[in-house]
Amino acid sequence: MSNELIQRVRTVIANTQRIPVEKITVDSSFQELGIDSMDGVNILFALENEFDITIPDEAAKQIRDVRQVIEGVEKLIGGGTADAAPVTS
Amino acid sequence: MHRVAVTGIGVICALGRTADDFCRALREGRSGIAPIQSADCATLRFRNGAEVIGYDYHPHFDDKRADFIDRFAQFAVIAAREAVGDAGIEWTPELRESSAIITGSCVGGQATEDIGFYNVYKMGQTRVHPLTIPKTMANAGASHISMDFGITGPSYTISTACSSATHAIGQAFWMVRSGMAPLAITGGSEAPFSFGILKAWEALRVVSPDTCRPFSKDRSGMILGEGGAMLVLEPLEAARARGARIHAEIVGFGMSSDACHITQPSADGAARAMRAAVCDAHLMPEAIGYINAHGTGTQANDVTETSAVRTVFGPHAERLAVSSTKSMHGHALGAAGAIEAMAAILALRDGFLPPTANFTAPDPDCDLDVVPNTSRPAEVEYALSNSFAFGGLNAVLAFRR
Repeated sequence: MSNELIQRVRTVIANTQRIPVEKITVDSSFQELGIDSMDGVNILFALENEFDITIPDEAAKQIRDVRQVIEGVEKLIGGGTADAAPVTS
Repeated sequence: MHRVAVTGIGVICALGRTADDFCRALREGRSGIAPIQSADCATLRFRNGAEVIGYDYHPHFDDKRADFIDRFAQFAVIAAREAVGDAGIEWTPELRESSAIITGSCVGGQATEDIGFYNVYKMGQTRVHPLTIPKTMANAGASHISMDFGITGPSYTISTACSSATHAIGQAFWMVRSGMAPLAITGGSEAPFSFGILKAWEALRVVSPDTCRPFSKDRSGMILGEGGAMLVLEPLEAARARGARIHAEIVGFGMSSDACHITQPSADGAARAMRAAVCDAHLMPEAIGYINAHGTGTQANDVTETSAVRTVFGPHAERLAVSSTKSMHGHALGAAGAIEAMAAILALRDGFLPPTANFTAPDPDCDLDVVPNTSRPAEVEYALSNSFAFGGLNAVLAFRR
């Protein structure tokens, strides 16, 4: 989990949620940050654009905190798949 | 104040091209969900929808007329023709002048617009087809119905996302009940299977990668549908006087708004709309025997709707049948309320409960009798049809057999 990656993810979340980046730590939960399901979908969209990745719906459903976001993005930009299996049907 | 009879029904959707076909499919619990054919889904995270597979505007429209009508409005006209034919209306100049047409649609002719915008943005064309605006407008369904029958009374369209058709039918019901119109053609239509629209739904992450399993533990989201459904409404006494067949009565209409969130549902808003419909019908909640649920198959809707039903009906919820026919005809957005009103009417008329298809495992948070997979015979006196739209705009109709 590189510092650069953490910063980029925090910035995306801050810009999307329109909150100061300082409020966002690796350990922040979505609930603490006031991120509801629609906000979460918006953040995933911004992350897909920022990192040029595709986040599967199944992985998206399980994300509850910033750490999971960073780990998920890390896997996807590393050429791997996200936590959950990609949609196959 | 008049009692209001449903004297004509017409429907075209994934479950059939006529009300009889539709009714048969509901009884059989057959799902119309299949791989999407009218758009290329290769780059989408979902593949399945509930289309009117193999639809051709022939023999309904000649080529020239079809050029002027988007698929969604074609569905509106086709359903209206069946409903008016079924009702056996004999038009007089006075009736044409005073009849109302109230339709619902969510996306209207956005599929036509999608093609036009693709051509200018992507293909470098310098022009968009001049019929793009008249084909796209959400009121095109109402307009073409009025032209088809020469009806010159009050006509308009309501667009409240997934509640559009229910709001439309409710409005028409109140117009006939109050004596403002002696007849109304009302319902909704939708045809959202265009690539741009599908991409927008994909982005919301609410569409299932396989099928629609409302109230199931493993439900994975909604499945988009298309189609049109229309009702003919008349004052009950006038319908009886002319010897019309009465499919059912509409007895109540309730509305509410959540004032809460643009996409998340609220159990309180849903409960208030159901209560308002029951109250408008001058009923006690215990009189209701069947609810055609909004039942989208998303995590959020089904839990919220279950909680709302329990709040309104208390212990009676244990004796209520609550099914989601979206499991079979998909979520037809602005047509959904009309297709589902039709399902509720047919359930009352023919004495059966349409099932929730594709049901696999019970969810403790959706612990109602959802009529899993197989329809059941049941003589029900009163039924509700629920519609809870994005944007928190809720509409519920009450029917009597």
